Amino acid sequence: MTVKQLAEKLSLQALSLPEPDREITGGYAGDLLSWVMGRAQSGDAWLTIMTNLNIIAVASLADTACIIIAENSETTEELVQTAAQKGINLLKSEQPVFSLAAQISAFLAEQE
Amino acid sequence: MSEPVTFHFDVEGDNFASAGEASVSIKKILRQLNIDPETIRKVSIAMYEGEINMVIHANGGSADVLIFPDKIRIILEDTGPGIADISLAMQEGWSTAKENVRNLGFGAGMGLPNMKKYTDKMDIESELGKGTKVTMEVFIQ
Ligand SMILES: Nc1ncnc2c1ncn2[C@@H]1O[C@H](COP(=O)(O)OP(=O)(O)OP(=O)(O)O)[C@@H](O)[C@H]1O
Ligand SMILES: [Mg+2]
Repeated sequence: MTVKQLAEKLSLQALSLPEPDREITGGYAGDLLSWVMGRAQSGDAWLTIMTNLNIIAVASLADTACIIIAENSETTEELVQTAAQKGINLLKSEQPVFSLAAQISAFLAEQE
Repeated sequence: MSEPVTFHFDVEGDNFASAGEASVSIKKILRQLNIDPETIRKVSIAMYEGEINMVIHANGGSADVLIFPDKIRIILEDTGPGIADISLAMQEGWSTAKENVRNLGFGAGMGLPNMKKYTDKMDIESELGKGTKVTMEVFIQ
């Protein structure tokens, strides 16, 4: 499942989508950056409510497929622009992390 | 043995907007050099955690990266407060991070453990009131 396909399935708002065809191979949920850094896998969809600028570097270096901001957590124009500049897929949803994770997990299981 | 390719970065203290830039630059360079993705990921994670530690805990410092044919060495040096008890600092969950940086998602006390986990060699030299030098090596697969 690509990031674009997931965005359509879950009606996610695409704030920045420079790599729509990036394949999602798993998921990770968390807001503490060094947990995400150490535990997220390359290709994961990263679910968080953290919206400061540092999430862009973390997503880039941990090589996640996309960041999904849950619960409509407030995002700034600077964040969106930085994501676009650095080639990071940044999506947003009004749904809570738990519900997003459950749905993504079901989609991934369907594909196996 | 052939000479390493070297890169130097100055890391600014307390600037959270630019924090991680040196690591992001190195990731790009390693990609251009066609280093394998797993090695790139290890270097990226370890260097980012070390870079952020200098931003948060040490008022900045410097990062030097040496790329050898068979390994990548990362040297992070600062003139910050130093680490009083290195083995305590290495424990998962130990952190002296202040409220303002915790609000940004830092301060889980996982940075140094991540650096240890994702590198093949890691050495910390630190003196209270003088500063800290972290040397890490990742072997190229
Ligand atoms: N360069 C440094 N100079 C001074 N103290 C440091 C330095 N790096 C780490 N420390 C000390 O070691 C502790 C543990 O570091 P570690 O990176 O594991 O966690 P953290 O930075 O507090 O939180 P996290 O990395 O999870 O965001 C820090 O809280 C700090 O007290
Ligand atoms: Mg740290």
